[in-house]
Amino acid sequence: MTLPKLAFKNLLGAGLRTWLNVFVLSLSFVLIIFVRGLIEGMNRQAERAMIATEVAGGHVQHPAYDPYDPLTLTDAHGLVPAPLADLAAAGKAAPILIIQGTIYPEGRLFTVRIKGIDPGQRVIDVPTALLSGAIPSAASAASTAPPTPDEIPALIGSRMAKTTGLKKGDTFSLQWRDSHGTFDAREARVVEIFSTSVQTVDIGQIWVPLSLLRELTGMPGEATIAVLAQGTPPPELSSWVFRGPDYFLADLKSMVAAKTVGSSILYTILLLLAMLAIFDTQVLSIFHRRREMGTLMALGFTRGKVIGLFTLEGFFHGVLAALVAAAYGIPLLAWIAKTGWAMPGDVDSYGFAIGDKLFPTYSAGLVAGTTVLVLLVTTVVSFLPTRRIAKLKPTDALRGRLT
Amino acid sequence: MNDTPPAAPLIVTKDLKKIYPMGQHKIEALAGVTLSFAKGEFAGLVGPSGSGKTTLLNIVGSLDAPSSGSAVVMGQAVESLTHKQAARLRNHHIGFIFQTFNLLPVYTVYENVEFALLLLGDPPAVRRRKVMAALDWVHLADRAKSKPAQLSGGQSQRVAIARAVVKEPGIILADEPTANLDAENSHGILHTMEKINRDLGTTFIFATHDPKVIQHLRRKITLVDGRVAADEPGERA
Repeated sequence: MTLPKLAFKNLLGAGLRTWLNVFVLSLSFVLIIFVRGLIEGMNRQAERAMIATEVAGGHVQHPAYDPYDPLTLTDAHGLVPAPLADLAAAGKAAPILIIQGTIYPEGRLFTVRIKGIDPGQRVIDVPTALLSGAIPSAASAASTAPPTPDEIPALIGSRMAKTTGLKKGDTFSLQWRDSHGTFDAREARVVEIFSTSVQTVDIGQIWVPLSLLRELTGMPGEATIAVLAQGTPPPELSSWVFRGPDYFLADLKSMVAAKTVGSSILYTILLLLAMLAIFDTQVLSIFHRRREMGTLMALGFTRGKVIGLFTLEGFFHGVLAALVAAAYGIPLLAWIAKTGWAMPGDVDSYGFAIGDKLFPTYSAGLVAGTTVLVLLVTTVVSFLPTRRIAKLKPTDALRGRLT
Repeated sequence: MNDTPPAAPLIVTKDLKKIYPMGQHKIEALAGVTLSFAKGEFAGLVGPSGSGKTTLLNIVGSLDAPSSGSAVVMGQAVESLTHKQAARLRNHHIGFIFQTFNLLPVYTVYENVEFALLLLGDPPAVRRRKVMAALDWVHLADRAKSKPAQLSGGQSQRVAIARAVVKEPGIILADEPTANLDAENSHGILHTMEKINRDLGTTFIFATHDPKVIQHLRRKITLVDGRVAADEPGERA
């Protein structure tokens, strides 16, 4: 029998106490991996959704445009530069004209951003094809009337619909100012309400056909931004400004980082609870097994070997916990990763593009990192109480006393 | 006539003193003990509680160090040994038998006995042969797979003897080995130890005040207040 074998045998010999510790520690393993997997999944899911729905390959913006300052919208429009227009013609860019507007659904007033976009674009994942005038689904066609030629077809998100009380097929007054600053208004009809996890293409936004908006505002050939398709390199432009995906994802990443800190506190507490159990077991073990230590020393074990034996016992708690965690954790976490984790109703308040379900992502690095972390902390926590053995006199140990 | 020169003593103590601090006072457990033990002795330290028997045994067993004086065991001065050297001396040359058996509860009888050999680095086949031989000595070969909790007191002490003898040490130190045993078991294990002493030449030193043990001794050293009050042949001399 070598020292590890002795340690393992001692551990199994402790019976229920060992298995209780192992179970608690395995729970920590699984929960830490699960929570970190959720955060990672949330991060990736939100990033994917934002890129697909809003950011794509980045935005080329009119120099006057500041997405965080609505007052800039008055001046933030201009002719789409030729290289961008070429990309748009090739389906690699989607120019968007953004103007400030007001809607009056059922007599109430809401300030909105009116976004004109080519209904045929495929650059961002917003169902703009519905703005082309053709209502695609038969059921939709049956239930709602298409917009008349005088009505503006409008596409809104589900959050916007909820806020304004608008339903599919509803008409409402839409007011805007044209290029000369003159107020104009017309009836608009909701052709579809789309569901998206990305709030920034939904809340306060009304999507209309680009050509119609250009005509209504007297801004032919103009746009505020152009969204580049993923993988499309930004054209060299002297005036318009390119903002890459990282620029738009910065806020998301800082929010995810904040959530990560919060979750870190959670799994630190989990880990501390498990470590408390290990520490407690080690302290009790050293207290209860003084005579055994004396016997080991009488048989010729050095104090270092006794310390090594007890530390190894603690370390094996971690190893056993990893195995137990793998036994029930792998199928459980794999199942959650497949079916997703249903998010609560107020998930929108998180500020993330998450959706109804969150699909955790467990990378090999996450699992290996967590395993190494837990094993390392378990070993350190197991070692700390054993330092007392270093001061232990064999004669005191044999009498059952701690020096 | 035997011309062989007398063998050097295995253990020599000179003016051995051990003082324990007790609060502001000091207790002198050993007050200058000078003794020597030759190979093959079957000797006992007898005397009342607190006379220094166990303290002397602990120092000879390199489990403790003297406050002054010297104790040379198997040629090594105990007072100058490092922890590692003391552990090595115990591992190679000294076997211990305790009053409370001190068997390791999670191991089988076999493993308890084998434990003593682990640090010696013997290959498994050699260990197995030695362990089974030791268990044969104490008539417990058939209980090799039992756990200590399944043994009687007498059987447990016999396992402890096997554990002490398995590495064939020069010295076995037994501290009140019969204190927890009835008369029949006491005599049984004493006969076993006498047999080991006779057949293997192992030196046995007891710390005891049990008359059952005393009647088996070939040398009886009486300690009183940490001093040797008498050093005389035992009843079996």
